[in-house]
Amino acid sequence: MELFIEQFPIVIHSLNIGFIQTLKLFFVTLLGAIPLGLLIAFGSMSRFRPVSYLMKIIVWIIRGTPLMIQLLIIYYFPGLVLNVTLWVGEEGRFLAASIGFIFNYACYFSEIYRGGIQGVPHGQEEAGLVLGMTKSQIFFRVTLLQMIKRIVPPMSNEIITLVKDTSLARIIALQEIIWAGQSFMKGSQGISGAIWPLFFTAVYYLIFNGILTVLLGRLEKKLDYFR
Amino acid sequence: MAILEVEHLSKSFEQTEVLKDITFSLEKGHVLSIIGSSGSGKTTLLRCLNFLENPGGGVIRVNGETLFDAADPSTMQESQIRKKRLHFGLVFQSFNLFPQYTALGNVMLAKELLAKAQPDYKARKKEIHGEIQAEAEDLLRQMGLADRMNNYPHQLSGGQCQRVAIARALALRPDILCFDEPTSALDPELTGEVLKVIRGLADEETTMIIVTHEMAFARDVSSQVIFMDDGRILEHGTPSEVFEHPKEERTKQFLSRFTQG
Repeated sequence: MELFIEQFPIVIHSLNIGFIQTLKLFFVTLLGAIPLGLLIAFGSMSRFRPVSYLMKIIVWIIRGTPLMIQLLIIYYFPGLVLNVTLWVGEEGRFLAASIGFIFNYACYFSEIYRGGIQGVPHGQEEAGLVLGMTKSQIFFRVTLLQMIKRIVPPMSNEIITLVKDTSLARIIALQEIIWAGQSFMKGSQGISGAIWPLFFTAVYYLIFNGILTVLLGRLEKKLDYFR
Repeated sequence: MAILEVEHLSKSFEQTEVLKDITFSLEKGHVLSIIGSSGSGKTTLLRCLNFLENPGGGVIRVNGETLFDAADPSTMQESQIRKKRLHFGLVFQSFNLFPQYTALGNVMLAKELLAKAQPDYKARKKEIHGEIQAEAEDLLRQMGLADRMNNYPHQLSGGQCQRVAIARALALRPDILCFDEPTSALDPELTGEVLKVIRGLADEETTMIIVTHEMAFARDVSSQVIFMDDGRILEHGTPSEVFEHPKEERTKQFLSRFTQG
């Protein structure tokens, strides 16, 4: 017990540093994937066939293969196959991980957007048209909010999954919270053979997801005033 | 002079001709009812008048102004169509109210967006907003919805929704108000309250085109009736001509189902 009390502050300090990296990856992924997903969604709904096929193939490949393999390819392919050093140090690993996560999540988001856009009844647009509204007025004043209402529940699901998926970046040695927890097994700052720090990382995920669940639930409730 | 003239209007979807050589005219203040079985082209005709469909041929004139001429591509410019649509109002079978706006908001939205294009909008913003709101409230009161103005569509009955939709269409003061089976989604009780409102508009000499399956209502409220079958106008005349002395066998056959029931 005394040993635990002695180790605890050291471990928490390291886990905090790791968790900051986890949070950075989480927010950067959201910031990149939310708009990129919209582009992919519009692309896959394009009437120009080559664009819509290309987008559908990209979505198929990215959703059809493990994110872990995508991260490994992005990180190791340039150096091992092309002999180009792209990713240097922790910053390089973070960049590689961000690219992998943004593309992966953008593909999932694009399918959610597509469902949201196609889920708004066509009659809404027609009602706007016969009232003399322009297409952009119809989009911003009529359909957009209805789309947002439709995509909030599935997006919440993906966002909560993303929090936990960031741990996959451990595979390219990004120093996020799992990496930080594991370091105490091998030995770090005078602590070795301790497995509890790794288990303890779960508390961080749990608390952060708890906060997100409450926030996203509030947003859903805010949009509850119409159907 | 006729407020609306339609000449030789035709429309095809792929290989199927849904409108064939439709010609008729409508006087200001008159009510035209269009009857006929499902798939006879009634709804497509209304959609063509509201520029939701592009006719393949023919001419549409309102107040002598040519809005659409299949032989003249300049009448089909996207930028112009938006303004031309304002000659017509359309009330849909499924209401198509905007769910995130209140009844009042639904009636005001389009008018406010149009007002923004006025040159003096910025200077008179509050005044214009007030005028639009007062007009919208008047319309909703006229529809018997004085105590429902701040309700959202999902809090209203189907009949109330449809009356909001009528107010929304009237707010833009269209020359001709079109109804596409306005009561087909309603039960008999709610149908009554919507028909009462439409009858009130007819009494005020609102120019209207009503596609309907309510035969008794059509006979009662219309100044003229068109019977459509297979994309054509088969019978056209006053209600007593069409309902009591139909010339065509097909019309008699169609009407027999209603007179017997």
